[in-house]
Amino acid sequence: MLTVENVSAWLLAFAEKLKEHQVYLSELDTAIGDGDHGNNMARGAKIMEEKLTSQTFNSVENIFKTAAMALLSSVGGAAGPLYGSAFLSMGKQAAADTNDVAAVVKAGLEGIQKRGRAEAGDKTMVDVWIPVTKALEEGALTKELIEEAVLSTKDMKAKKGRASYLGDRSIGHIDPGATSSGYFFECLLESGILKE
Amino acid sequence: MKKIINSPSNVWEEMLRGMAFTHSDILERLGETGVMYRKYEGQGKVGLVSGGGSGHEPSHAGFVGKGMLSAAVAGEVFTSPTPDQVFEAIKLADKGAGVLLIIKNYTGDVMNFEMAMDMAEAEGIKVDKVIVNDDIAVEDSTYTAGRRGVAGTVLVHKILGAAAEQGMSLEDLKKLGDKVIENTKTVGVAISPATVPAVGKPGFELADDEMEYGIGIHGEPGYRREKIKPSKEIAQELISRLKEECNWKEGDRYGVFVNGMGGTPLMELYIFMNDVQEILSKDGLVFDFKKVASYMTSIEMAGLSLTLIKLEDEKWVEYLKYPVETAAWV
Ligand SMILES: Nc1ncnc2c1ncn2[C@@H]1O[C@H](COP(=O)(O)OP(=O)(O)O)[C@@H](O)[C@H]1O
Ligand SMILES: [Mg+2]
Repeated sequence: MLTVENVSAWLLAFAEKLKEHQVYLSELDTAIGDGDHGNNMARGAKIMEEKLTSQTFNSVENIFKTAAMALLSSVGGAAGPLYGSAFLSMGKQAAADTNDVAAVVKAGLEGIQKRGRAEAGDKTMVDVWIPVTKALEEGALTKELIEEAVLSTKDMKAKKGRASYLGDRSIGHIDPGATSSGYFFECLLESGILKE
Repeated sequence: MKKIINSPSNVWEEMLRGMAFTHSDILERLGETGVMYRKYEGQGKVGLVSGGGSGHEPSHAGFVGKGMLSAAVAGEVFTSPTPDQVFEAIKLADKGAGVLLIIKNYTGDVMNFEMAMDMAEAEGIKVDKVIVNDDIAVEDSTYTAGRRGVAGTVLVHKILGAAAEQGMSLEDLKKLGDKVIENTKTVGVAISPATVPAVGKPGFELADDEMEYGIGIHGEPGYRREKIKPSKEIAQELISRLKEECNWKEGDRYGVFVNGMGGTPLMELYIFMNDVQEILSKDGLVFDFKKVASYMTSIEMAGLSLTLIKLEDEKWVEYLKYPVETAAWV
């Protein structure tokens, strides 16, 4: 079950991981994009931390909404509206039901796809969100599964986002957005939410 | 990295301050945002809003003013601005007749501007958009994010800006914009890369004697790399690419725009224009509009792009020549 406490801990851990891996994420984006994904996400992480720790929340929906607005107003690029849309949708679903974590994540995936129109195999963050959603529905999310999903983007040819301009030359590189999404779900695992 | 800056993390802020100070007779900065809006009121006229990452100066704030954009939104270097800031720009640009967004076709720009559009619509503001995708270097296929918006965007600003100033409605501006974009094609070449201050090293590498055709304004890969050639031969290559797209015939009326990428001097741009003119006049094209300027730059990238716009309608020439009061368009 999602609570104000555990969701807040999940998001703060995510912010921490983004800052920690800022350089790596930007390196991944240098190979197939414009080298800013780590900087963009770290900038957003700092604002998200500030907003989440400077006030108290009365609902899970509000936390997601606040996190969404923090990212939307600070990240920019493609990742800002995508994570922003994900968190807004997750908040809405959490308002309806905080028990079903899989449904909340699924709503996030739908938010991303509605905004970015990416499908499975396009070499984007969606390639992590899809298998993670499925695993959550089956109660089988593991760290290995997340890592595999992130790695699976390596052999894909990008069809969406900046990396798509590279065509075949995008093959052989892990997608930066998939990697940051991997961190998000590792933080979900580590938060203990799935055991509660 | 050799740049006249204070710190990579202050580039955006300090540039905006300098720009707002310099052009204070024409524009104003909104608080601490990347929004620059014109002082000219334009009551009852449709507002035009554009923007994108920084590093393309004078785009886009240099085109804010009477007869062109109502407001421009600057994101971090090479990073799209955020929806809340675009939304602020839309509110400032709305003078009762609605707002048209002019977006360059990049995933990030399109998504951030579309979210801002949703926000504006929720507040009851009439808003529509056109998406500029003039860069023919990218394959126009379902397998990419589509053709990028590059230097042709400035011509879209100019034409729509004049039409808006003359009182055209939002619906008609949207139609005109789509039509102009269909007829605007650009292709570029780079001879040395740009360095994003926060990254500290060049976005790509080119040997001393190499150039790359089709490179994007953020250093996106082009379509071919080869040894540097004389200006004439570069002009020939870019023109043959454009000809495949435009299929012009003798007597067709065109506008021609040679755009510098930031690191190429005007001297070379004029040499290149001279070559373009010689080659195209053999094909019998008539030029009703000509421009040489560094309007859509890529920080210190050396190189240029060539934009051809087919002037379908005589009105477009008038719009391109209509007087404006902006920092950059002369
Ligand atoms: N249409 C899309 N749908 C889903 N994810 C996308 C889409 N386009 C890009 N992405 C994700 O965004 C990441 C790039 O983010 P970022 O570097 O912050 O933005 P930008 O590409 O504007 O510089 C990619 O690695 C990819 O995972
Ligand atoms: Mg990027």
